[in-house]
Amino acid sequence: MIELKLNGLNVKAEEGWTLLETARFYGLEIPTLCYNEGLSVFGGCRLCLVEIGEGPKARLVSSCTYPAEEGLVVRTDTKRVIEARRMMIELMVSIAPNSKKIQDLASKFNVTQVRFKVRNEECVLCGLCVRMCAEQMDGRAIGFQNRGYKKKISTPFDLRSEECRQCGGCIYICPVCQLRCQGPEADTTLCNACLTMDPTCLDHYDELQCWMYDAGRCGTCVREK
Amino acid sequence: MDAVITTVQSTLTRHQNEKRALIAILQDIQAEYNFLPREALEFVAKSLGVPLIDVIGVATFYRAFSLKPRGRHLVTVCLGTACHVRGGPKILSEFVKKLAISPGDTTKDKHFTLETVACLGCCAIGPVVVVDGNYYAHTTIRKVDSIVRKYAKKRVKK
Ligand code: SF4
Ligand code: SF4
Ligand code: FES
Ligand code: FES
Repeated sequence: MIELKLNGLNVKAEEGWTLLETARFYGLEIPTLCYNEGLSVFGGCRLCLVEIGEGPKARLVSSCTYPAEEGLVVRTDTKRVIEARRMMIELMVSIAPNSKKIQDLASKFNVTQVRFKVRNEECVLCGLCVRMCAEQMDGRAIGFQNRGYKKKISTPFDLRSEECRQCGGCIYICPVCQLRCQGPEADTTLCNACLTMDPTCLDHYDELQCWMYDAGRCGTCVREK
Repeated sequence: MDAVITTVQSTLTRHQNEKRALIAILQDIQAEYNFLPREALEFVAKSLGVPLIDVIGVATFYRAFSLKPRGRHLVTVCLGTACHVRGGPKILSEFVKKLAISPGDTTKDKHFTLETVACLGCCAIGPVVVVDGNYYAHTTIRKVDSIVRKYAKKRVKK
């Protein structure tokens, strides 16, 4: 057992746990995007940042890749963490504003502005599809190509790959392909409708009239502008 | 195309079909053809037992490799910070004008390929232009002309 300090509490982690696993075991919520329990860790999205160490030596690390260490001081909700996380979400919205998953993260963590040029690239390079293909589908059909701002996901020579068995696993796991954000204001960069939604039925009744609001899909009653 | 396979096969044999020699193998193929032909990459992947996508990943990661045929002479203009402030972009646009191609492209007669790079590590002598491994220091627009003329004359040196 490894003993460490998590948000001021003395906690125990098992040998080999990451900080993310430790935090989740103790019920602390840390948002993630490129992490998936069934796949190897990647550490690319930086959403799962936590602060380790104290004083001027404190630094941000990605909790999904950082192992629990004896005596480590970890804080998951410092100002620095929250600001860095918001910045990562803001950047991701600017890259792929059509992703419901990313819009939901923006709503949840109160990202209210996008100060970057919107690129509509439909891929945030989280690498989930690549790992899904290689590790779960035994495919190895897609991978990262080029680097820097030209980095992209594709098949060899951008052609249909012989290794691809069209299982759809890559699409299934992609945070951008999966679900389109269809909020009422989806033509603006930041939807935030889920955050600001006011179910119209509450104007007339004192309880919600259907399940759609809880499912995050209130149609606010077939809105007409 | 069998000629390519035979050449690649001898390269592979020289490197004892070792997976960890992948970069060295690709370098040899690049040196031979001035680019990495598709069938060569496919053959390398198959022979080494490395997924093709991983070979492509390596081949597209390094600037030294090219999947498109390159010209006989490779002109690289530095656009790193130091060369940038000393006029790198002007040098580049002069090459673009003279060779009538944009960066990353090759002239129709396959004589020149124009590329850019972000810092070669010799900022003191900027703006830097490299042609086939020869460094040209303190390049000026006027020097561009003489560089182009010098290499335009040099024909095949295979
Ligand atoms: S559909 Fe093709 S590329 Fe996607 S995970 Fe399946 S095998 Fe891989
Ligand atoms: S295509 Fe989707 S899953 Fe793959 S890297 Fe891009 S965002 Fe991630
Ligand atoms: S979840 Fe840890 S970096 Fe993406
Ligand atoms: S910026 Fe050109 S050599 Fe460094």
